[in-house]
Amino acid sequence: MSNILQVNNLTREFKSGTKLLTVVNNINFGIEDGTTCAIVGPSGSGKTTLLGLCAGLDRPTSGEVILREVNLNPLSEDERASVRNKHVGFVFQTFQLVPTLTAIENVMVPLELRGEATKQVRERAKELLSEVGLADRTHHYPTQLSGGEQQRVAIARAFINDPKILFADEPTGNLDTETGEYIENLIFNLNKKQQTTLVLVTHDLELADKCDRIIKIKNGKVDADILKNQPEVIS
Amino acid sequence: MSWSWVLKMAWRDSRSNRRKLFLYMAAIIVGVAAQVAITSFRVNLNSSINDQAKELLGADLEVERNAEFQPELQAYLDSVSAEHSKMLSFTSMALFPETGTTRLSQISAMDGGFPYYGSIETEPTTAVDTYLEEYGALVDKTILNQLELVPGDSIKVGLITYKISGAIIEVPGQSMASTFFGPRVIIPLDGVENTGLLERGSRLEHKTYLKYPAGTDPKVVEERLDKMNDILDFRFDDVAERQEEVGEAISQLSNFLNLIGFIALLLGGIGVASSIFVYVRQKISTVAVLRCVGASSNQTMAIYLIQASSMGFVGAFIGALLGTLIQLYLPILVQDFIPVDIELFISWGSVFTGVLTGVAISIIFALFPLIAVRKISPLFTLRSAEVNLSKLLSIPTRVILYGVIGISITGYAWFMLNDLVAALFFTLGFAVCLLLLAGFAVLVMKASRKFMPTGWSYEWRQGLANLYRPNNQTSTLLLTFGLGVTLISSLYLTQDMLLGTINFEGEDQLPNLALFDIQYDQNSGVNDIIEENGLQVMQNVPIVTMRLQSVKNIPLEEVLADTSRNARRWALTREYRSTYRDSLVDTETLESGEFIASVTDMSSPVPISVSSDLMEDLDIALGDSIVWDVQGIPIESYVASTRTINWQTPQPNFFVVFPAGVLEPAPQFFATTVRTSSPEASLAVQQQIVQTYPNVSAIDVGQVISTIREFLDKVTFVIQFIGLFSIVTGLIVLAGSAATSRFQRIREAVLLRTLGAKQNQVIKIQVIEYVILGIMAALIGLILSLGASALLGYFYFDIKFIPNFAILGTEVVILVILVVTIGLLNTRGVHTKPPLEILRAEGL
Repeated sequence: MSNILQVNNLTREFKSGTKLLTVVNNINFGIEDGTTCAIVGPSGSGKTTLLGLCAGLDRPTSGEVILREVNLNPLSEDERASVRNKHVGFVFQTFQLVPTLTAIENVMVPLELRGEATKQVRERAKELLSEVGLADRTHHYPTQLSGGEQQRVAIARAFINDPKILFADEPTGNLDTETGEYIENLIFNLNKKQQTTLVLVTHDLELADKCDRIIKIKNGKVDADILKNQPEVIS
Repeated sequence: MSWSWVLKMAWRDSRSNRRKLFLYMAAIIVGVAAQVAITSFRVNLNSSINDQAKELLGADLEVERNAEFQPELQAYLDSVSAEHSKMLSFTSMALFPETGTTRLSQISAMDGGFPYYGSIETEPTTAVDTYLEEYGALVDKTILNQLELVPGDSIKVGLITYKISGAIIEVPGQSMASTFFGPRVIIPLDGVENTGLLERGSRLEHKTYLKYPAGTDPKVVEERLDKMNDILDFRFDDVAERQEEVGEAISQLSNFLNLIGFIALLLGGIGVASSIFVYVRQKISTVAVLRCVGASSNQTMAIYLIQASSMGFVGAFIGALLGTLIQLYLPILVQDFIPVDIELFISWGSVFTGVLTGVAISIIFALFPLIAVRKISPLFTLRSAEVNLSKLLSIPTRVILYGVIGISITGYAWFMLNDLVAALFFTLGFAVCLLLLAGFAVLVMKASRKFMPTGWSYEWRQGLANLYRPNNQTSTLLLTFGLGVTLISSLYLTQDMLLGTINFEGEDQLPNLALFDIQYDQNSGVNDIIEENGLQVMQNVPIVTMRLQSVKNIPLEEVLADTSRNARRWALTREYRSTYRDSLVDTETLESGEFIASVTDMSSPVPISVSSDLMEDLDIALGDSIVWDVQGIPIESYVASTRTINWQTPQPNFFVVFPAGVLEPAPQFFATTVRTSSPEASLAVQQQIVQTYPNVSAIDVGQVISTIREFLDKVTFVIQFIGLFSIVTGLIVLAGSAATSRFQRIREAVLLRTLGAKQNQVIKIQVIEYVILGIMAALIGLILSLGASALLGYFYFDIKFIPNFAILGTEVVILVILVVTIGLLNTRGVHTKPPLEILRAEGL
């Protein structure tokens, strides 16, 4: 099976005053198409920065990210936006819905951006909102929804463009345990149904355990890379 | 790029923000309304002037001379047209016997032909014809109303008492403003000499009005008259020239008003810029999400560009409608200054330009934050979205943006003023003003941070800290309100400065009644009347009329014919009214040479003293010789001294002073100044003098001042009316800026309430913040206006500027109250409702 995401010698440094901080330090890994992978680590270990780099939201100081055989490095901001629109879905810890759009309008955005016909897009968005159990909340604004409901809208939005890869950043971090479990199941079920590759950043080991693979990050480096059916690989 | 998505997104995203957007729009509405009202009105005026060009003069040609026309001039005019009429104009006291009132009036004696175009409007309408038949007089309606007189009452001009046949409403080509300095009185030309005023020192203007026969080429007449004018001294005006003069005056007035209106629009622009800035800042996470799911930088920018320009368009459209309505009011405002009847119509060109300008201003001023939108990274979805928008732009980008704004402002000012240099100065002045205001804002923020008094109460420290904390309103408020204050305050201070120069009413040492044209044989009689009334003669000055015969030994005709001369024509051809005395008076200072008190030797040239202004206008130097024609007798003189004169006093002052011992035997008349104790005493002595000596003119200083004040009040009201747009825009921008920070303020207030702050503590913090902001805005605005007024006084009016602190104090109090009121209105409801309810309602 081929790698949908390949990370080679990836480094990201930040300037903090006169100091140079290396948040991601020479990381290498590949993620196979259709698998699920959790990136875990303590706070400040660099996992969210790594996710941002993998999704093309940020540019590395050195190294490269290859997403669906496209090297993101030479691409402009807009070209990378186009790659995300075609192949990537996102779920964030803070939901990140557009507050001025209703639930259904939020879900429709990725396909509308492609210029697809509104009628079909609306139908697809309705279907997805039904799948996440929000058929009766389509015209509500984010402020009129609970945290769990907002995250369900975000999940529907993440899947509307049939992404090849879904990046989720602490998707249950802002939710209570019960709602968190519901959201986890929703993500994994939809992921399975649509055969999407899932890259999940979390510090919740129970959640990580549901993935095929766990990459542990510590101080910006890969501390361990565990494939569920194979012995642990220490880098 | 998917434009349909961008449009849809712009629409959807604006839905919950329209209330906020309305305030941004309001700033544009007011600015555009001012522009459209003024430019439409200008178009209306110009069209009215073109339509009524001939009525402006009442004839095809007006020829004027302050003596009888020479036979050759008269012969030529007769040859041009048989249709002409004569008029004799002079100022004289008029007595209204029914009330016993006297008034210095502008008398016109007419023969009935004039006007050939338009008509003299009277009340009753037939009076314009009957006054000639019944040998009556037409008198200005305003003075009749003032004195509660009606047609049928009488007016005494000189020795003749006329029946008032009717009231003058309008004379072609004359504006109401022309009556400010004395009411108009029209009497028949026939028999005017019986008034006894023609020979006795009155200044007579002889006028002839011509109606050209068909086929006359005005240019040919003009050329011929130009040639004759080189030798014969007269003035003439034809329709084209009068039209041009009036047009020019009006275009200057409207340019000035336009600029004031444009400032309102620019204030609106600044409001737009600051509002869009805050608006976009609240949209950073939305933009980051959109970028994350695949929107391009152009698409995200286009969303807000569409919102800004739509807002600009709607605002400009409403503004244009409002401006068209205000235009209906403007004629009432300026009617007194305009010599034509203004025909009102909608000027579509002005409406279109106004809308276009409104949209352009909203886009240009919104460019800064809009371009920053392009730079918002999708990474902000993962990281905090607290980011400084302006720092997202590179320095070259910022320079280009400022350049675009500067060029646009200059371009528009150029378009309006038709003068590139003036436009550049306008932009430069505006930029300097903004820089000073912005610099002051930075200073206030830094100072409040650095000198934060740690020992003060929590409310004070919190209120002060609000000045520099993130999302503060310091810059926006100081910039917009400061600029509005600068503008309005400059207008007030300049008006006060101008009034101050003539306000010598209260000064005990200065005369307040001046009597002119007292004949030699009347002088002692007038002085007796003054003394009988228990008043004291302050000055009794002899006046001798004379003209120049030669300057620097060159005959006047040669000097006039020399086209390369530096001397001014008016100075060479005027009739001089000179005096003689043996000393300088209070209003004069010796500048150079020696003031010779008296002479006994009549055979050598007379040493005279000349005012320094006249030295320049006659292009002469100390020691130069001048020969005077004193009513037929040549008198040789030389310039022995020069004097500077304070003209701004009610005493008679003279260009030329002769020493004692020369002019005593010459025909002369007198001017006398008196200090009266009350307006009633002044009126009593005037009445007695005019009844005994009708040719004597009296200038009541108190009345002159009130007339000038009335005139200035009318002028400044027009300016203030337009300036009001700036204040209104300033207030809207202030309200807008307060509204955009409502989000932040409410969150803080709720947080404080949740943590146990009492209602009055939260209010106190906000009052402290707004009071400081109000005082600072008023202070900087006033400082700038003081500077502007002082510069205006120094460079333009040549007056030393002494600020009126009463005006400044009142302004500060009003401004602070306004700022605090608007600030508190902004957080209304926060203090009384439970914290959770507010959080839900505000969607926080």
